[in-house]
Amino acid sequence: MNTVTMNVNKIPELYFECENVNPDTFAGKKAAEIAALKGYQGKKISTLGEYFTITGDAGATAADTKIVINGDCTKMKYIGAKMSAGEVVVNSSTDMYTGSWMTGGKLLIKGNVHSFCGLAMKGGEFTVEGNAGNYLGAAYRGDWRGMSGGVLRVKGNAGSDVATFMIGGELIVEGDVDIHIGTHMEGGKIIVKGNANRRVGGQMVKGEIYVFGNINVMMPGYKYKDEVDLEVDGTKAKFIEYIGDLGERHPKKKGEMVYGKLYMKK
Amino acid sequence: MSEYIIKNGHVFDPVQGLKGDKADISVKDGKIVDKAGSGAKVIDAKGKTVMAGALEVHAHVAGPKVNAGRWYRPEDKHFDSHKKPGITRIEGGKSIPTVFKTGYEYARMGFTFAMEAAMPPLYARHVHEEIHDTPIIDEAALPVFGNNWFVFEYLKNKEIENAAAYISWVMRQTKGYGIKVVNPGGTEAWAWGLNCLTINDPVPYFDITPAEIMNGLMAANEYLGLPHSMHVHQNSLGNPGNYEVTLDTLKLAEGVKPKNNFGREQVMHSTHLQFHSYGGDNWGNFESKAKEVMDYVNKQDNITIDTGNVTLDETTTMTADGPFEHHLHGLNHLKWINVDVELETAAGVVPYIYDPNIKVCAIQWCIGLELALYAKDPMRCFITTDHPNAGPFTRYPRVYSWLMSKKVRDERLNTFKNADKVISATNLAELDREITLYELAAMTRAGPAKALGLSKDYGGLKPGMNADIAIYDINPDKFPSSGPEIEKAFGNAAYLFKDGKICVQDGKIVDFGNKHTFWVDAKVKENKLVVRDIREKFLRYYSVNEANYPVPESYAPHQHIITVDATQA
Ligand SMILES: [Zn+2]
Ligand SMILES: [Zn+2]
Repeated sequence: MNTVTMNVNKIPELYFECENVNPDTFAGKKAAEIAALKGYQGKKISTLGEYFTITGDAGATAADTKIVINGDCTKMKYIGAKMSAGEVVVNSSTDMYTGSWMTGGKLLIKGNVHSFCGLAMKGGEFTVEGNAGNYLGAAYRGDWRGMSGGVLRVKGNAGSDVATFMIGGELIVEGDVDIHIGTHMEGGKIIVKGNANRRVGGQMVKGEIYVFGNINVMMPGYKYKDEVDLEVDGTKAKFIEYIGDLGERHPKKKGEMVYGKLYMKK
Repeated sequence: MSEYIIKNGHVFDPVQGLKGDKADISVKDGKIVDKAGSGAKVIDAKGKTVMAGALEVHAHVAGPKVNAGRWYRPEDKHFDSHKKPGITRIEGGKSIPTVFKTGYEYARMGFTFAMEAAMPPLYARHVHEEIHDTPIIDEAALPVFGNNWFVFEYLKNKEIENAAAYISWVMRQTKGYGIKVVNPGGTEAWAWGLNCLTINDPVPYFDITPAEIMNGLMAANEYLGLPHSMHVHQNSLGNPGNYEVTLDTLKLAEGVKPKNNFGREQVMHSTHLQFHSYGGDNWGNFESKAKEVMDYVNKQDNITIDTGNVTLDETTTMTADGPFEHHLHGLNHLKWINVDVELETAAGVVPYIYDPNIKVCAIQWCIGLELALYAKDPMRCFITTDHPNAGPFTRYPRVYSWLMSKKVRDERLNTFKNADKVISATNLAELDREITLYELAAMTRAGPAKALGLSKDYGGLKPGMNADIAIYDINPDKFPSSGPEIEKAFGNAAYLFKDGKICVQDGKIVDFGNKHTFWVDAKVKENKLVVRDIREKFLRYYSVNEANYPVPESYAPHQHIITVDATQA
């Protein structure tokens, strides 16, 4: 695997859109060609080379390409967005759309990510060592197709509206989450190891949400079902199972109504 | 103003019967002339196709429901927003493009006119604000009348003269072009949670039927002698088996004679017929009835139609057919907007994905194409996508490729996931016809211009006509054989002249032209009863004052007014 190293050499005045910073676009390119790739700042177009010092050539394919980014990326959007293979490691924090629409490969952010990251993720592994903002793993604004595959793990806390319209995959927040989690969810699995604030699983149709800590205020559309012993992300424990959201439409499978499931650790 | 001579192009013009003949077209002062001066700029059109600017007969491109689509679908813009080099602004949106992109894209495809197909009179100001901001192309808008309380009350008592006086008043207040009807009676019934699914279902509380509404509006249209005919979106849109309702509706035109000074020969334009040509009685046995519908249309000279071709895209449906949008939302569970417009109409918006892997969508695709391929008279059958309902208008080049090449169309047909089932539910596989460039010029230029009452100045290349000219990089002697080549040529006009000015060159916008808003000022005898009824309804029911209803001049600063005198009618 070849490694391309990018050191931030200039902080954009507005925000720099790194839609081209991913192994797929880099594949087959030399360092100088990568530096010539385009990116927008506001309505002005410039090059990656203007904001990063780039060393190392990419591999022949995305899968053979690793990108390591050093320096302050809090004004860099879209890092790793749409990547399908290979590896990206950012040794700091990033802005919006990080890892959004990714379909494969490994993306590791050692700092925090801002809001709207991992949107509509389809596959791969996306790990954030710090905290995430709002709309983590959600659908894009207005869209109804949220995260559908892959594993998205945040080791810190996440903001509000996590996993809106989730339809598949696994999203783990090891810390706490704010309001609106799994809203309109129709599949997949959310694990919150800390506390959840309010409106957990509002208008949920299908899927599973696990909360290890407390839920500040429970949605009224959930009904107690059972107590079950489960192993969730390596933790064996007794969980209380609820079904819902009873205020939402639900499909039938083999004559049985399918509900969203909310598990709270006892 | 500059003079031009377009030399050696293959000219396709049904107005003059030119079928690809090599001819020179001269332009002076915004008009086509016999001969330009010696200083005229020469445009070499050797090996290229020359046609009049195309006219869009039915699209939803401006106004409140289009904009509702834009604001509630940011996802439509997210991956389709860019700034092209040159004088253009950022262009955003796929199925509900910004006004700028709308103007640019029509122009790049060789269009010079577009009809906004449904203007709610109460929100006419918004329609005109967007029309004003849409560059290059001329536009007009059709106010909707098929669910209007005044219209119901006059027509229930067969008061054609009063209905006509009211219509002429609305057209003047809204700067409207003609009479649009959407799901006659059904949209009003929707206010009570009901619908009118046949032309004989009574409208609740009004004691009138869709058939009576349409008969009355056709009569009022001819009483006024408007340039366009009644333009109808029929009842029971989108339902399996609806083709019988469609035939019932079309039959209402039998015996009705066109009366106008614009050369228009139809009394009914039946729009997006694809949505109305369905057989079967459920989605399982859903099938094409395009042949049955077109057999009738072909023998009935006083009807024009447009196709409403499904383009197999993700799009945004929007219509004044409020109950239909609710029905669609029930099918796909996607976000739904519903609006009631007081005494006049309603509207709904729902995103929709025409998925080629779904049998029904593929059959709809076939039906739209069959309609055009069964049409015997291309001057009475126009190509539309009912933008954005069956697909974005930007897909016209692709629709043309399916209609003009059996090979391109069969490649698509035979690779549907359910190809066998789709083929057995339709007739498309048996159809060998390929629409010619000459027929295309009739279906997209001369035909719509005539149906809109604009044939004196638009839709042709005869000296004296407006110099709206599209030149495509298509050599008719070597017509491109692949879909992408056909699409590229029709999507990127080599030149577009609008009012004698070059606005597009090599597919790039180079000038914003002089855009005009067309509307029809129909003068009628003074009618005190109607004036009093209007005053009374504004006082009793409307949320706005009568004085705040008209579209002020400043909203449509560049007007092209067509005057009609019905005072002697
Ligand atoms: Zn319609
Ligand atoms: Zn329409």
